[in-house]
Amino acid sequence: MLTVSNLSKTFNAGTVNEVRALRGVSLDLPEGAFLVILGGNGSGKSTLLSALAGNFRLDEGEVHLAGQNVTHWAEHQRARLIGRVFQNPFMGSAPTMSIAENLALAARRGQRRHLGWALPRKLMDELRDRVSQLRMGLEDRLGNAIGSLSGGQRQALTLLMATWIKPALLLLDEHTAALDPKSADLVLRVTEEVITRHHLTTLMVTHSMQQAAKLGDRIIIMHKGNVAYRFAGADKQRLGVDDLLARFEDLRRREMLDETVADLLRENYI
Amino acid sequence: MTLFLGAFTIGLILSLLALGIYISYRVFDVADITVDGSITLGAAICAVLIVKGTHPFLATLAGFAGGLAAGTVTGILQAKFKLNPLLSGILVMTGLYSVNLHVMGKSNVPLLTGETLITLAERLGHAGLGKPEVNLMGWLVSTRDLVTVAVTLGVVVIVCLALYWFFRTDLGTAMRASGDNPQMIRALGVNVERYRILGLALSNGLVALSGALLAQYQGFADAQMGIGMVVWGLASVIIGESLTGSRSLGLAIYGAVAGSVLFRLLVAIALRWGLNPNDLKLVTALFVFAALVLPQWLQRRPRPALLAPHR
Repeated sequence: MLTVSNLSKTFNAGTVNEVRALRGVSLDLPEGAFLVILGGNGSGKSTLLSALAGNFRLDEGEVHLAGQNVTHWAEHQRARLIGRVFQNPFMGSAPTMSIAENLALAARRGQRRHLGWALPRKLMDELRDRVSQLRMGLEDRLGNAIGSLSGGQRQALTLLMATWIKPALLLLDEHTAALDPKSADLVLRVTEEVITRHHLTTLMVTHSMQQAAKLGDRIIIMHKGNVAYRFAGADKQRLGVDDLLARFEDLRRREMLDETVADLLRENYI
Repeated sequence: MTLFLGAFTIGLILSLLALGIYISYRVFDVADITVDGSITLGAAICAVLIVKGTHPFLATLAGFAGGLAAGTVTGILQAKFKLNPLLSGILVMTGLYSVNLHVMGKSNVPLLTGETLITLAERLGHAGLGKPEVNLMGWLVSTRDLVTVAVTLGVVVIVCLALYWFFRTDLGTAMRASGDNPQMIRALGVNVERYRILGLALSNGLVALSGALLAQYQGFADAQMGIGMVVWGLASVIIGESLTGSRSLGLAIYGAVAGSVLFRLLVAIALRWGLNPNDLKLVTALFVFAALVLPQWLQRRPRPALLAPHR
């Protein structure tokens, strides 16, 4: 479903603020895979998601999604295939517009916008139906402005919006990081339900070891723009929080050496 | 009473300006200075065509089209060339000054001869009501003024309904969202740049329409008539919001119109009471300031009452 080859991106190249955010990242995901991406700050995990969504042009590499080469597609063109939930709960919905209007916009993701009524009766019924499946009581408040809802409620709705039309790829960018524990749990429950029900190909960035150990069928740990560790299948299921922590310890220890020395050591002694 | 009707009419004509500014200011959160130029462009195109003998209906539509073009240019500067919104508005407004002079050929085009919507309305009124003056609630008003108000009200109502319908369609809802949260709507597949151009075109089209009607009402088009109009429009929108709140689209549209009419009525009353016309712009600015600050101040007042028992 998703093939990523050798992605590279450097921001502010040649200046004192140069950041080599991605250095030759490659991935291959079959349909229905659930990939968890872990990594410390600045490891490039959010940049990877932004690159897949099309927020910026890549320096090198290609992205193939659902059999199409989307490397040069603009963000709004890729939106047809991609559903996205942001870390900031306020970024995924239009605050002054009602819940119904936001969902109606999502119901036509990637399609040409027309001059028909935005909220026809049939759509309203469908909205009420699917929102009630969230079991958050929001189906009675569809006319309320979304800005009046809490972060957790907004994030749940953003998730619903991202998956209203089944996307080829679902991108979750630390989507529970900014929520309180109760809301985070709720959103995670909804996430799991939606992914399982629609058999979605998912990439989830998280910094929570618990989430990483519990969810997904494969995992990568990113470090300094590279994929440092990869686990899939049975290996992944066996990983517990301690194992993940040990891997991070490894990376930290390696970092105390200069990069080139670490490479040298690895070449000569391992 | 004539004063009242006149202020009411101008208020209605300029409510189209307010509606145009509502689109650029509230929907896209952009203070679009282009309107100073596009209102004059609408007036200029319409006036020149009327003097040449074109049917006033077509001339007015041509003025509207001119506004669409001006707004498109501003939108392109912002979307394709990534210029700052304020700056792009200023650039287009400045350029339009010369364009308007070219369109008019001189700095003022009088509409003494030629068929305007107003003269058409007047004939309609005479044919319908049969007398040059009508008794309106005890006041004697000329048929001309009365029918002008009626026709203008008709045009404004049609435009309001059309706007309300448009912003409730899928396209219009997406356009509102592109101003409210561009990142989200881009992730839903909308070409935000194209929608901004469309929105600014529509906004300036309405403003130019207002200009075309204004020229026909006041009997001339002048190169300077647009100066400061953006402030009038902003003032109307803000006053309207203080009156009706901005909770729903319908209320916001109604508010913009009501704000414009109310504002003009207040100005007419102030002038009648002896306000020096030179002070008008200063009073306008003070009025807008008050309309912006008053809601904050009113919200703050209950607190001193809460504190009192502690003393």
